[in-house]
Amino acid sequence: MTPPESRLADAPGSTVPVSPPPPANDFVIRVGTVNGSGSQTANMVLLRTLFQMGVPVSGKNVFPSNIQGLPTWFEIRLSPRGYVARRKGSDLLVAMNHETAEKDFAELRPGGVAVFEESMRLGGRGEDVQCFPVPFAVLVQECCPDPKLRRLVVNMVYVGVLAHLLDLEAQEVSRALKTMLGGKPKALAMNEVAVALGRRWAAEKYPGRCRLRVERPVQNVNAGKILIDGNSAAALGCCFAGVGVVSWYPITPSTSLGEALTGYLRKYRTDPATGKATFAVIQAEDELAAAGMAIGAGWAGARSMTTTSGPGISLMGELLGFAYYAEVPCVVFDIQRLGPSTGLPTRTAQGDLLQVATLSHGDTRHPMLFPASVAEAYSMALDAFDLAERWQTPVFVMSDLDLGMNLWGSEPFPYPEKPMERGKVLTEADLLRLGKGGFSRYLDRDGDGIPYRTLPGTPGGLGAYFTRGSGHDESGRYTEDAEGYRVVVERLLRKWETIRCEAPTPEVVPSGRGATRAGVLAFGTSWFPVTEALDILREERGMALDALRLRAFPFHDRVREFLADHDRVYVVEQNRDAQMRKILSAELPDLAPRLRSVLTFDGWPLDAGTVCAGIVAQEPAP
Amino acid sequence: MTPPEPPRPQKSNRLGLPLEAYKGGKSTLCLGCGHDAITASLVRVLWESGIEPGRLAKMSGIGCSSKTPAYFSAGSWAFNACHGRMPPVATGALVANRTLLPLGVSGDGDTASIGLGHFAHAIRRNVPLCYVIENNGVYGLTKGQFSATADMGSRLRTGEENRAEPVDCCTLALELGCGFVARCFAADKRQLEAVLKAALAYRGTAVVDVVSPCVTFNNHEGSTKSYDWGRENERAVVEVGFVPFWETVEVEVPPGEAREVLLPDGSRVRLRTLEEGFDTSDPVAAWKRLREARAQKEFLTGLFHLVPGKPTFDEALGLVDEPLAFLPPERLRPSREALSEVMRSLM
Repeated sequence: MTPPESRLADAPGSTVPVSPPPPANDFVIRVGTVNGSGSQTANMVLLRTLFQMGVPVSGKNVFPSNIQGLPTWFEIRLSPRGYVARRKGSDLLVAMNHETAEKDFAELRPGGVAVFEESMRLGGRGEDVQCFPVPFAVLVQECCPDPKLRRLVVNMVYVGVLAHLLDLEAQEVSRALKTMLGGKPKALAMNEVAVALGRRWAAEKYPGRCRLRVERPVQNVNAGKILIDGNSAAALGCCFAGVGVVSWYPITPSTSLGEALTGYLRKYRTDPATGKATFAVIQAEDELAAAGMAIGAGWAGARSMTTTSGPGISLMGELLGFAYYAEVPCVVFDIQRLGPSTGLPTRTAQGDLLQVATLSHGDTRHPMLFPASVAEAYSMALDAFDLAERWQTPVFVMSDLDLGMNLWGSEPFPYPEKPMERGKVLTEADLLRLGKGGFSRYLDRDGDGIPYRTLPGTPGGLGAYFTRGSGHDESGRYTEDAEGYRVVVERLLRKWETIRCEAPTPEVVPSGRGATRAGVLAFGTSWFPVTEALDILREERGMALDALRLRAFPFHDRVREFLADHDRVYVVEQNRDAQMRKILSAELPDLAPRLRSVLTFDGWPLDAGTVCAGIVAQEPAP
Repeated sequence: MTPPEPPRPQKSNRLGLPLEAYKGGKSTLCLGCGHDAITASLVRVLWESGIEPGRLAKMSGIGCSSKTPAYFSAGSWAFNACHGRMPPVATGALVANRTLLPLGVSGDGDTASIGLGHFAHAIRRNVPLCYVIENNGVYGLTKGQFSATADMGSRLRTGEENRAEPVDCCTLALELGCGFVARCFAADKRQLEAVLKAALAYRGTAVVDVVSPCVTFNNHEGSTKSYDWGRENERAVVEVGFVPFWETVEVEVPPGEAREVLLPDGSRVRLRTLEEGFDTSDPVAAWKRLREARAQKEFLTGLFHLVPGKPTFDEALGLVDEPLAFLPPERLRPSREALSEVMRSLM
């Protein structure tokens, strides 16, 4: 039987004399280091080791907008029930940064464990925190002769120390090291020596290990699973969706999507016979150009995309509004970060919703997809290209830094079985059949608001038309005639209705206790903490809530039904201004009074405790 | 059933198309606008060069100049983009379908102000694009403000004097490594048409800066973009001759006087320098001469620099020969095995 998870004593800094340690495989490791010190590899080795041992585990990198020198943290959560949201507070601290050590130490939960450079002299919490000072500076000198490399190698010494204290399986540590550094034999050898030294030293000095325990579970829930970040997952989706033209401008946190995609495309989309590319990746001069190129390529008939974050979206506004009105397909990934303005570029948020929903001037509307997991980052990337070409409009995939840049476990991604949907494109044969004058670019032939288009360079030379952002009639001809203009923009509304019906449907999770008066609505990375919070509320407070996960904007009828079925719906989102609630209120004004907000906007990934607190504060006791 | 034989046009080009096939809608620009003269030249050039209308992609931004693609080659696809954004849109279209022949029509506001960055980067990349700047030194649609190409000391109709240095699209293009840099005068049809034919046959970014008087806002005394000023001051430093690839007549080029440049389609461009020492193969010399001309308020025209052969953007990207836009799904979606391989690497 799985032991119950400890979730109640989350308040940090409490001074209870001696607290019982948490159960095995149920605690949070926090590594506090300095940016640019090479700790990422060490932390990945720890995470992978636990993952390989079959322990449900997730990792979050909290880092500054800086290349070297500012504080950075890596948190690893072990959870017997497989919760992957962030959990506030920590139980095991590895303090490698003098600047933050005292604060990190003070925030350790009672019953915690601290590993730190011995010169730090942390203490004063009595038996409450088990302290393990380690002479890292001395040990690294012993195992790394090159003084320039010691700053990097010292991280592997703490991996070794933890491997002993937590009794991590040596062969899994070694396998994880090989996964991370297999391509660099010299680095691998040096790091193996450092891990071994840390382990040996700790075994001699602290033979009793620490009070936190890791146990290999009877059932390895990670067997056959993959570990991947959301940006790489989305990149894989784009590669297998057959993207032709990728234009982008580097911006945190979307950069790794562009880079991962370039890697996959080079490997899997180079023509084996000729060595030539069936794709183009263009690093544009700015986000305006990135959007312009994607739109030009989408117009010419290639599957095209760009990837960016909030500030880039701001710059792309004019062109993407153009693409809405001129009806040009392309896919835009928005890996959201904390704004406004430059904001906190390396911290996560769901704060671009209002901006994207109506991005650009005039009456503009854009469909958005909300992936909530790496598997969905992959599948929605695949879907986005089909939908953009089907709908002939930019489709936005609204990811965020938490999903995009952190590693998540997942079942392996399935191969796309569905044939590509290339939309209503007329071929030479179609055009010959239609005859001269038979093609009107913006005419609604099918009644679904989606017109037919032709691609420039279509053999035969028929079907040429004029694409413009200025007022145009159903043939694409320039017009300032009120009626000619109105016909087109009203038809765009019919298309919006088609989009609403065809967009990914929401996921509804009933409470299991029959219809409830209250419900929770969330999307994207808010979903994991929400599902965990629902368990806590049910088990610890007897509060049963139905939940709905939005997967797309515009909202499917099931969203209306869900709101109508509940007196109170808590909209959980990671921004200050309740942006999704505002969009829901605007789209479903009659149901707006039922909406409540649970908000977080400090840049830290949302945790279940915050969701619980937000709901408990507003929800009448059952 | 065979359709009845259409009446054979009196005169047709090598594709059998009449001049009419290269015309477009009626111009809505002011009577006498320099841009209309350029449009008329484009119609003749496209016809005489036998460009397939279905392969031509007319790209433009915003402004009087950018409206003109509606006035020629009605059988071609066209994209009238946002202000200043023609180059990236053309770049995306060309990369998606490298068999297209993009013809960019832009203005001085579009290219030298709001879209200056894109202009520069298209040249850096050597995007195959015939880039025509219809340069009148003034904003027409917003009723007569200076543009960034207005010369220092030139005056608006109101008498206001321009006190900022101009952006010279030709010297800038030379600085950025452009292999085809020309300046023309809209009223000098003969030179303009020879240059446009060469620009369309060239592979790479071909910059053709055409001084094109605005009859309404910039055709007065004190303007350096007026018809009178142009007629009085234009001095061609290079005489441009164009021999299309299908003409095999050999013309002897006297050594030392002219330079003949072979373009990828087999066309030949003959460049005869009309000024001693001017060298159309030396970008630094051309740049220096144009800077001097600016200081001395000279209006030099001609194909200043022509050096073909630099790899174009699509070549540098190593694209497959066929248009990306028309690749079948099996060439776009990697195999099942490829995905399995990736998944294994992530376990």
